[in-house]
Amino acid sequence: MSQVITQKGEEQKKETLTVNDLAKQLEELRRQVENIKPGAEDKISIIVFSGDLDKVLSSFIIATGAVAMGMEAVMFFTFWGTPVLRDPKKKAGGKDLMGKMFGFMLPKGRNAIKLSKMNMAGMGTAMMKSLMKKKNVASLDEMLEMAAELGVKIYVCEMSMSLMGFKREELIDYPNLEYVGVATFLEQAKNSKVQLFI
Amino acid sequence: MSDEIKIDKTMDLKGLPCPQPVIKVNKGIKEIGVGQILEAITTDPGALSDFPAWARTSGNEILETEQKDGLIRFIIKRVK
Repeated sequence: MSQVITQKGEEQKKETLTVNDLAKQLEELRRQVENIKPGAEDKISIIVFSGDLDKVLSSFIIATGAVAMGMEAVMFFTFWGTPVLRDPKKKAGGKDLMGKMFGFMLPKGRNAIKLSKMNMAGMGTAMMKSLMKKKNVASLDEMLEMAAELGVKIYVCEMSMSLMGFKREELIDYPNLEYVGVATFLEQAKNSKVQLFI
Repeated sequence: MSDEIKIDKTMDLKGLPCPQPVIKVNKGIKEIGVGQILEAITTDPGALSDFPAWARTSGNEILETEQKDGLIRFIIKRVK
């Protein structure tokens, strides 16, 4: 008899503990729910790392397409993507020797970049460009114009600029073009539903 | 195609490849009122999949899709 009572008492103790645990868990959950921030936005963040014609073109197609799909689009140009934004008509002075060398060796803007494959000393790129014209595929010039019209945001990596010795005054005129660092990209990427590295 | 649908705006997108048809139609639909009808004619075979995807995402409705002689004709209703 006494054994049964002890057992009952233990069971009750267990139950009380469980209720306490539940209360604790509930409190913890409540705190977490209160800390939840709004989820990812309908946004795409694209890192344009490549300076190849085909890859840059793809980046623009995806970015402009995203806006048509009701999304916000942000493009981050970094490393080999940076010289794509140079304006061949603009010149920048005050460069050091390395800056001048990079300036000389890297393509002067979007119309000087080559295919990543089948370039064949420029023949492949020229053929691709004439084929694109024939098939009405938008050129990079048209793509950039479309992107500006659609409000695609362009960010330029400040570190790449200074590493390669590029000056802001030699970059294209684009609405709201901004010079940023990795934190700005990560902030955008974190809040984007889609992130791409091209 | 039914003759009862009254078309408010027509867009000729013939010869334009991806992504231009979707971009243009997204712009064009904003130029008509909610409930009005947009007709879009394209030659891009990709549009057969792209237009419905765009409509689902943007919340508009494709009432009719018609394929004839290499032309694809969409009748789209602006829902919002």
